[in-house]
Amino acid sequence: CFYFRLTLSNNTSLFLQQAKYISTCIDEIKQELKQDNIAVKANAVCKLTYLQMLGYDVSWAAFNIVEVMSSSKFTYKRIGYLAASQCFHEGTDVIMLTTNQIRKDLSSPNQYDTGVALTGLSCFVTPDLARDLANDIMTLMSHTKPYIRKKAVLIMYKVFLKYPESLRPAFPRLKEKLEDPDPGVQSAAVNVICELARRNPKNYLSLAPLFFKLMTSSTNNWVLIKIIKLFGALTPLEPRLGKKLIEPLTNLIHSTSAMSLLYECVNTVIAVLISLSSGMPNHSASIQLCVQKLRILIEDSDQNLKYLGLLAMSKILKTHPKSVQSHKDLILQCLDDKDESIRLRALDLLYGMVSKKNLMEIVKKLMLHVDKAEGTTYRDELLTKIIDICSQSNYQYITNFEWYISILVELTRLEGTRHGHLIASQMLDVAIRVKAIRGFAVAQMATLLDNAHLLTGNTQRNGICEVLYAAAWICGEFSEHLEDPMQTLEAMLRPKVATLPGHIQAVYVQNAAKLFATVLQKHEGETDSQVAQETSQLLIERLPLFVQSANLEVQERASCIIQLVKYIQKLQQKNVEVADEVTALFAGELNPVAPKAQKKVPIPEGLDLDAWINEPPSESESEDEKPKSKAVFAKEEPKHSRRHTEVDEKELARRREVRKQEQANNPFYIKASPSSQKVFDAPGVEHIPVVQIDLSVPLKVPGMPMSDQYVKLEEERRQKDKADKKKKDKKKKREKRGKGRKADSGPESEEDITPAQQVDIVTEEMPENALPSDDDDKDPNDPHKALDIDLDKPLADSEKLPVRTHRPEVLKSPAEDRENESIPQESKKKSSKEKKEKKKDKEKDRKRSKEEKKKKKKHKEVEEELMESQPEEAVQSEDTKEMAVPPTSAEASDLDFWLSSAPVPPAAQVRSLTLSPPPLLIPLSVCRVVNERLFCISPSGLSRFLTSLCLFSLLFTGLAHFCLFAYACFS
Amino acid sequence: MIKAILIFNNHGKPRLIRFYQYFAEDMQQQIIRETFHLVSKRDDNVCNFLEGGSLIGGSDYKLIYRHYATLYFVFCVDSSESELGILDLIQVFVETLDKCFENVCELDLIFHMDKVHYILQEVVMGGMVLETNMNEIVGQVELQNRMEKSEGGLSAAPARAVSAVKNMNLPEIPRNINIGDINIKVPSLSPF
Repeated sequence: CFYFRLTLSNNTSLFLQQAKYISTCIDEIKQELKQDNIAVKANAVCKLTYLQMLGYDVSWAAFNIVEVMSSSKFTYKRIGYLAASQCFHEGTDVIMLTTNQIRKDLSSPNQYDTGVALTGLSCFVTPDLARDLANDIMTLMSHTKPYIRKKAVLIMYKVFLKYPESLRPAFPRLKEKLEDPDPGVQSAAVNVICELARRNPKNYLSLAPLFFKLMTSSTNNWVLIKIIKLFGALTPLEPRLGKKLIEPLTNLIHSTSAMSLLYECVNTVIAVLISLSSGMPNHSASIQLCVQKLRILIEDSDQNLKYLGLLAMSKILKTHPKSVQSHKDLILQCLDDKDESIRLRALDLLYGMVSKKNLMEIVKKLMLHVDKAEGTTYRDELLTKIIDICSQSNYQYITNFEWYISILVELTRLEGTRHGHLIASQMLDVAIRVKAIRGFAVAQMATLLDNAHLLTGNTQRNGICEVLYAAAWICGEFSEHLEDPMQTLEAMLRPKVATLPGHIQAVYVQNAAKLFATVLQKHEGETDSQVAQETSQLLIERLPLFVQSANLEVQERASCIIQLVKYIQKLQQKNVEVADEVTALFAGELNPVAPKAQKKVPIPEGLDLDAWINEPPSESESEDEKPKSKAVFAKEEPKHSRRHTEVDEKELARRREVRKQEQANNPFYIKASPSSQKVFDAPGVEHIPVVQIDLSVPLKVPGMPMSDQYVKLEEERRQKDKADKKKKDKKKKREKRGKGRKADSGPESEEDITPAQQVDIVTEEMPENALPSDDDDKDPNDPHKALDIDLDKPLADSEKLPVRTHRPEVLKSPAEDRENESIPQESKKKSSKEKKEKKKDKEKDRKRSKEEKKKKKKHKEVEEELMESQPEEAVQSEDTKEMAVPPTSAEASDLDFWLSSAPVPPAAQVRSLTLSPPPLLIPLSVCRVVNERLFCISPSGLSRFLTSLCLFSLLFTGLAHFCLFAYACFS
Repeated sequence: MIKAILIFNNHGKPRLIRFYQYFAEDMQQQIIRETFHLVSKRDDNVCNFLEGGSLIGGSDYKLIYRHYATLYFVFCVDSSESELGILDLIQVFVETLDKCFENVCELDLIFHMDKVHYILQEVVMGGMVLETNMNEIVGQVELQNRMEKSEGGLSAAPARAVSAVKNMNLPEIPRNINIGDINIKVPSLSPF
């Protein structure tokens, strides 16, 4: 009736009333707990369990729970253990009082007392409990009742986790349980070993033959699924295992009616195929089978199967993209599914399915979905996927960048997306890295700027206005491509701009100055200087708005530029030619810098970054100066420049020579193209690696971007290209015949499609001695890595500690490990045992060259002594009892024997392959770095970078000018 | 491994929670709320797997759930469990409940939370699947109940009487409860 009242109080709609009621309940429970009657106490504890579920902390009653646990009646004991399992944890101090009670319960003649204790313990076992009770639980593993056995086996996993040292002594018995007559116990043992092996598969490779036998003999789907999953984890370590597995798994796939089993089989076959991926042509049948089965799953009306089918498909995609690509229709169909999880899975698949040929088509389809999508989350997901798909592997699949830019521009029309920043960084990246596209990009960006009011409908929480940041920068930086810089300049200085976020305004102002320089340049030659003067006038009129800006950076840039323009205006009136000098302010090309480049620049000797450049301002000085100096100029920058000026020319030349030498020897460095123009001599800036891909004649498409139109144009172009090639190259004729344009899966070779633009993708800069591949993510201090080690702990040989039932020796090598097996151990005489062991080890080392047979005999003897054997200890295949096999190196003998039915490469070779990363990995990770953050400079970083660059150019090229300018300012 | 088993009703009220990894009580409630939020907005005809649940687990973890009338049964599992297997397990668990309570409904879970726990303990132990055979589970549960009866059971204890006496200040307890009503009337109070 207690529960009932609680429910009633739920019915009364007042929350307060409920809280009040519960507090009176708790008072009542406290009263009940004080009574001597165990029944009353148990009832109170039971109520507490309910309150705990509702979120009340009941740890104050921990002692009472222990009292109830220790009741002799099963009814109360059960209540006590339930409460304990719900609210005890490692921090509960009364747990140490329970050790003896639990031990008593474990050895109780009543199997349910034992069962309840085991269940409870599984939830609150602590390292201390595990240590003290490990032995008792181990005995229970051979209890007569299967009910107890299976619970004891399962709880061993928890004990291993809390007390890793118990793994070795307990393992032989655990292995025995794999062949227990009771299916429940067997399944529990499989469960535990699978859980252990998942964390550290290589130590369990030797169990493969046993599991293989279980797999072929067991009919319990649960056990089968677990085993098959385990094999999925083992195959990457031992490709030969995979070969052996394929056949039985294929049979299972054909025979089973259980979808869950079928799915896991397919999954493991995929894992096998991945591990065999190199040079196995005869497995295409298996791939076909998997893909075909997955297709059935995906086509199923059950959403769950559909989901899992897509999930597994994405695994195949990584190694066998071709076989998945033929099911593109199905996956595109899934994009229309009403279930969001399924749509997201299908999107993941699309990522790997694009090729040069179908990219436009797929993106077109996605764009349609973007228009239809109802929720913003899903639409944002679509948007990121489109960008991911297009930008993957350094824009590998984009043949027409004009099309891509127009897609990006179309994406800006999305309302309320959070990913304006992403689009902006893509625009910047493409415009900077694909030189050929700049003209087109600038034209598009100018249109965007002109229509900025469409984007900034409501400036508040509108992420899309970030795009303007990119647009303004592109227009400014590549203003030489602008058709009408004057108009763009006007658009950038509209009063409405002042409502944009500060960092965007700052970019506007800075780039207005660049445009101004371009306009001057364009019109200087003309006899009529009207336009130039009008421009100056425009700037002088509009800029004061920004000078008043609350944003410091905008304010500073605006006031700086307005002074400059005023000065120029004076010069103009005197008919002095200034254009060249103004342009020089913004001369030099900005190249993308790798995201981590700055970190990799070594700090020059003798440079103390923390030292003050100027003495810190005294306390009395006004506060507002500090943030200004901090925000605008990064401290290091002026320092570097100062440093650079100190280095004399000779030294610079010498360093450059050395660097070039280094680069020549560096395989990861793409040689700098001589064409890239350099302006400043700062070390590290002049090496801009450029990949030149000279492919075909540029195709100019004027007008507004409508991505669809590009799809058509692109098709026409490709066809034309094809026709041209046909004429030129008659060899290819045969291949091309009969290929309809619409046949998506047609094996048209990718090389046939030539990019529309001349694409030179500028790679990102890195300091000369830094490899892009030495990734900071692989930080050895990574907490996750530490956790990894912790999980592996139960099995790491070097971490073995002395235990009562267990040899204390720390093992050094697998070979030694093997030898040690045969050493009898006793729990008490540790020190003497140690000595003995060392002796024996030495002896054994001498005998190491002995034949395998003798060893095996020895091992056989060892088998009889349960306590001392090893977790990795060899498998005993039923029929070959004497073939007990030691771990790792020696384990190979048995495993090899078992696996040798198939012709295989030597094990050592395989292992070395898995251990050392193949060289291919490094370039791949470079791609990843590039992919992850395409544009290296973050928005705020960019502005700062630009500012400092401006300063740089002032310092290096227009020093004299600067003096004049300063003079003008002061006078 | 199963990390947690949560049962809550259509309003997010917890009916049974079982964490196999320690979380403080307020964290547990937060996880329940988050899970409810994720699960409740899904249609009944979409798939039963859900990724993400930032509080519990991380990327390796999945929520696998089933919705029965007024109750959600949610299992939070890692990648070592078979998704379809766990769905079957939920089905086995619910069918077992149905056998033990005879037409189980939400009220059974409220009034016999402890019994539901005992049944669950025969299915999952310490986060690992213990038994999937329904007859075996029901058999063990019944044997234990019989044992409890032979001891006189909790109902024979004076405990009920004690709390009944202290019950005075409450309005009268309704004798016959309309089962359907309670579920519907439960307002969606924010859990405390």
